Formats: sequence, structure tokens, C-alpha cells
Amino acid sequence: MSPRHKACLPLLLAAALPAGAAQAVHVTYWEKWVGFEAQADQAVIDRFNRSQDRIVVDYSSVSHTDRKTLVATAGGDPPDIAGLNEQNIATFADAEALLPLDDFIRRDGMTNTEWLSRYYPVYARICSHAGHVYAGISTPKVMALYWNKTLFREAGLDPDRPPRTLAEFDDYSRRLTKRDPATGRLTQVGFLPQDPGWWPWIFCSWFGGKLFDEQRVTFASDPRNVAAYDWIQSFTRDYGLDNVKVLSSEFGPWASPSAPFFTGRIAMVFQGVFYDNYIHQYKPGLDYGVGPWPEAVPGVTDFAMAEADVLVIPRGARHVREAWEFIKYVNSANPDARTRDELRGAELLDYLQVKNSPLRVWSPFFAEHNLHPHIAMMRRLSASPNVVSAPDLGIWQEYYREVISSFDRVRLLDATPREAMAFSQSRLEKSWERYRRSLERHGQWAALGETAP
Amino acid sequence: MTRAEGKRLRAGVAFTSLWIVGLAVFTAYPVAASLFYSFCDYSILKAPVWCGLENYRQLAQDELFWKSLRNTLFYAGLSVPLGTAVALGLAVLLNCEVGGRSLFRLLFFMPSIVPVVASAMLWLWIFNGKYGLMNGFLDLFLSPFGLHGPAWLADPSWSKPALVIMSLWGTGNAVVIYLAGLQNVPAELYEAAEIDGASAWRRFIHVTLPAIAPVVAFNAIMALIGAMQLFAQAYIMSEAANGNGNASDGNPARSTLFYTIYLFSTAFQDLRMGYASAMAYVLFLITAALTWMAAQFSRGRYEDSP
Repeated sequence: MSPRHKACLPLLLAAALPAGAAQAVHVTYWEKWVGFEAQADQAVIDRFNRSQDRIVVDYSSVSHTDRKTLVATAGGDPPDIAGLNEQNIATFADAEALLPLDDFIRRDGMTNTEWLSRYYPVYARICSHAGHVYAGISTPKVMALYWNKTLFREAGLDPDRPPRTLAEFDDYSRRLTKRDPATGRLTQVGFLPQDPGWWPWIFCSWFGGKLFDEQRVTFASDPRNVAAYDWIQSFTRDYGLDNVKVLSSEFGPWASPSAPFFTGRIAMVFQGVFYDNYIHQYKPGLDYGVGPWPEAVPGVTDFAMAEADVLVIPRGARHVREAWEFIKYVNSANPDARTRDELRGAELLDYLQVKNSPLRVWSPFFAEHNLHPHIAMMRRLSASPNVVSAPDLGIWQEYYREVISSFDRVRLLDATPREAMAFSQSRLEKSWERYRRSLERHGQWAALGETAP
Repeated sequence: MTRAEGKRLRAGVAFTSLWIVGLAVFTAYPVAASLFYSFCDYSILKAPVWCGLENYRQLAQDELFWKSLRNTLFYAGLSVPLGTAVALGLAVLLNCEVGGRSLFRLLFFMPSIVPVVASAMLWLWIFNGKYGLMNGFLDLFLSPFGLHGPAWLADPSWSKPALVIMSLWGTGNAVVIYLAGLQNVPAELYEAAEIDGASAWRRFIHVTLPAIAPVVAFNAIMALIGAMQLFAQAYIMSEAANGNGNASDGNPARSTLFYTIYLFSTAFQDLRMGYASAMAYVLFLITAALTWMAAQFSRGRYEDSP
């Protein structure tokens, strides 16, 4: 090669590089987050994009991702990856809106069971529906008991010893409740079931009840569920409905300085791993503890609830293999990471979002240098055999609304638990029957019926 | 048709073709398609399967359908007459010859151009049980008796009345239309009435109201149609005031589960587009029937008036 040709070589290479980059596949990713969670997502995406040269993930913050993914999928132009809530999986999958990930897993030389073994069991359950893997985890959450240590001290309770049983919890709640001596109005309560009121079904599971069993809705027919709602109603009866209304009318939004846990109006709440972020933002310096839910059923220790935001590939997506590569990246980690720079995938995302990892194996850096002050407790609860998640049901959205309606009626003394729950159960039985009939009509029941919860 | 008429027709159609295509694609087709889907088991993601009248039969037996209809009629029954009275009253006041009239007109019209989300957020604070302006005002009168204003949006008994009160905030559009109507009432009628010794109230009842009766009827019917389709305010405020995530179920205790909210959650959460289409058609028929009744009633009134 002549010297002139040698001189041209770098130029030729430089000219070739953009051509190579132009061939990279652009994967569209719709996600709900804005703010620091979106920045964390973007950081993971940037690291993924830099880790190879074939795929470029383009992130878009999209509100109501579920509805927009639904319409886009129906219109034949969905994103390659959609960030949904776990509650969407069964409904979307049964409507054939999601691509099962089984083939990708198999192509990577694994069985579904092998792939799912990377997660704590509760998150593995969340990713699956009807015998298929439909999702990877993006944002895992685990809910625990948060208590205000200052209020514990004022009530003469040990601030480092949360209630361990339901009886203790009720006792603590009474001791943490204060009233204005002149008016009798509540000024502080130990616990209020409707705060935050996002998961009213969890009280049933906490009491050992089942919401669905052997193809039957068991909301009202399982006596443990009724006992849970009796317990919920007992708070309104003890406090007085009018007193609760007056007290709760001063509660600000949960993510604001006037949220009742931050203002000291409520001493104990069940909240998620993400709550610490908000405590630091809105009530820095709050002296609080985090622990498992007290034992409501004797022997069931370390009870907790888990849920997750998930990554799915909508049916009709254009770049499904590339989408899978990204989902795989976000659901993997570097188990040997000893510095922040060595964090990969799930651990990088969860480290930046200050949440727990859904994976069983945590790297030394993630476990020991986590920004979350209670990460060890969150890990313990994620791994617990008694952690539960919402039922994997195609009619869960309807079920959830019915549970909320019953919960409202019960806590507002509008009906007895049995009445409210029987009404909801009767509606849900019809909904399940209708759903089953619809699947039959579309020729899906035979396949789904065997694996339905 | 002559050649010239045919040419004009073709030119007319050509000039309006964009609109015709838009109407056909974005209105006529969806309306026709949803009628078809209302007879189908349809989720939007899979091909529709014909199920005859099943959706309509289920509607008749659906407790929430009736509850949402009752909630909606309750809201319409209160908000339409109240809104009409307030808008008409304001229009009459703003029609008076007083200084700064233009400014007052502007002030009363402005709320109706505030985006619905912004006004919903504002009213959330007004209806806050503890710190809200509404209870701050009510407590001036109630607290001497040891009473306190209600929790409004967090109380099933008061959540619908709260939305009715809020609806009065947006009467500016109706006020403008009433004002136009009032300015068209012939001055000589008032002069004749005054000469006959009619008081201001009698002039309003016997001159103003009959003269603007068609305008009142138009506004009332438009308000009725709007009330039957109430969605955004209730959707935003019930969730914001009561939490419950994305449930969209008219919290608390379904007291603000209005027809369109139930329709929306059926369609976009449960993916029951066929059932939701049936609901939409039933709402259309109910609204059409109510509108027809209102039109008949008002026509009888103003055609009989002197």
C-alpha cells in the first residue's frame, strides 16, 4: 500500500463509521416516568446503547402508557417496548396485545423456568401469565410498614420495636391515637386503612384470604376476607365517622409536605419502597422505621406486598428481537459490581431510582452502598415466602374497582362488610362468567382455561 | 338540473370535499362502526364477534349502569336549572346600565375559558374540608352551633352537590348568549309595561322572559346535553380527592360514577368496547329523548306566551 493510500485509510474508515451507525436499529420505548425516575431510565438506556452498536433505544415519556399502547397496538403501530403496570399483563395478554417472550428465551438457550429463576419468586410470578413469560421487570416495588418513631416515643412505645402481631398493631394504634380534650375531635391516629388506600385488596391477603380460587371469585365467600373488612370498619367505628372525615379533610396529597404521615397525623402506614424518596423530599429529618407487616395470621411472618412496573413487547412491534435484547439487559445485572460504574441493567436502574432489585443475586456494591436507608429490609421482604402480589386475572381491573367500592362503603359505614362484599362478589361472578364466555368465543379458553388462576 | 346547476354543484362539492371526507372518516364511520360494535363482543385488539343483543341485555341488568345513570340525572337535574337561573340572573345584572359594565362582563366570562384541569385543581382546594374556602365561609355560620362544613368531594353525600356548585363557575358562555338575547328585546315593550305600571319583577316575568324564551330553551338544552356527558371534572376531582390510583370509579363509594366515567372505564380499562359502544348508544337515545322533551316543553311555553 502506497503512503498516499495509507494516508487515505483513516478518512475511509471515518466515512464508513457513520454508515455503520446509520444501520443501528432504533427501538422505540414508551415509559410513564418523568423526573428523576426518567433520568434513571435514560442513564440505563445510555449505558445499553454504548454497550453495543446494533441497537439504539429511544425513550419517550408517555402519560397513560397503558391506554396509548392499547390504541397504538390496535392501530398496528405500537412502540417496540411499552412500560406497563403489572395489572395490565393478564388483560392485555388475553386480548392478544402482547408478544410472549418464550421464543426469545428459548433462542437464548434457556427454558422459561431457568429465565425466571433470576427473580425473587414474587417478581417471577408477576412476569408470567397463563404459562407464558410476557414481561420483564422495570421498576420493582415492595410495600412495608412505616412508623413514625417520634410519635412512638411520645406514646411511650419503643421506637425501635414495631408491632409484631395484629393484636399489637391494634394496641399500638389505639395508644397512638389522640383527641382534642375539649371537642373530642381526632388530632392524631395510629392507623387509618384508607391512607393511602391504593391496595385495599391487600388486607384480605394479609388476613390469609384468597380473592380467586379454582375458577371462582372468593371475595365475599372467603370468611378471612370478610374478617379483614370487619377490621377495616372497626377503625371508623372506633374513631367515629364524622371525626375521621374532619381529620382526613386536612390531609394533603400523599406526595406533598401536607401528607398525613409527614405532618404526624398518622403514625403508621403501609407504603412502598419508593416512600423513602418522598420522605427525604417532603419531610427531611423525619425519624421513621421500616419493617414487615405484623403477623395477622399466626406463623405468617415477613408478610409484604410486591408489585412492579413491567416492560412488554406489544404485538405488531417492528423490532422485537432488539426490544428483547433491551428487556434482557434491564433484567440482568453485573453480580460482581464493586463500584457504581460497574453496575449494569436492573441494579443500575434500581440504584438510581432508589428501589430494591427484583433479582435474587445482588452485587456487593448494590447491597452495601445502596442509597436506600432500609434496603436490607426491602430485600428481606422481597425474598420472603409470604410476600404476595395482585392476582393474575384478566378481569383484575374490574375486580380492583369492586374491591375499592366495597372498601369505601365499609369504611364509610355505608354497608356492613358482608353486604358490600356480597354485592361486589355477585358482580364479579357475572364478570368472570362473561370474560370466560368471551375467551371461548375467540377460541382462547381451551388454552387459557387450563392455566387460569 | 341544468348544465350550469350541475357545474355549480360539482364546484360546491369540490370546495367542501375536505370537510366531507373529514366528516365521513372521523365522524360518520366511527358512529356507524360503534353501532355495529355495540352488537359485538369486541375488545379493540381482536376481531369483533357478533353477539346480537347480549350487550344491551346485560346493560339492563347492570347495577352500575343504573347507578351511573341515576348519578348523571341527579347532576343534570340540579345543575341545569341552577345553571340556567344563575346565568340568566347574571346576564340581567350585566345588562344594566352601570359603570364598569364591560369589566364585569369580562370577569364573569373569564372562568369559562379556564382549562378544565386548571379549574378542577382550583376547586379541589376550594372544597378541601379543612382548609377550603367553601368551608371557611360556611364555618362562619356553622361553627357557633358546633357544626362544620362537609368534606365535600370525600363525602358520598356531598360529592355530587360539590360538582353542581362547581358547574356554576363555567356559566360565562351561557351569560354571553343571554346578554345577546336581552339586547334584542324591543325597548318599546319595556316602555309600554312601565307606562302600565309594571314593577321591575313583573317586567322581567312578563316581558323579558317571554321575549328571550327561545334563548333560554337553547341554553337549557345545550346545558342538559353537556350535563349528560359530564366527564373531565368528575374524573379529575374524584381521583385527586380520594386517591385510589387509576381506578376511575367515581370515588368515594361510586357517588360520582357518572355515565361517561363508567363508559370510559368499561372501554379502556376492561377492554369491553362492544359493551361501551352499547352504552354510548343508550346515552345517545336518553339524551335525544330528554332534549326532545325539553324542546317540546319550552316550545309549548314560549309559543303560548303573549
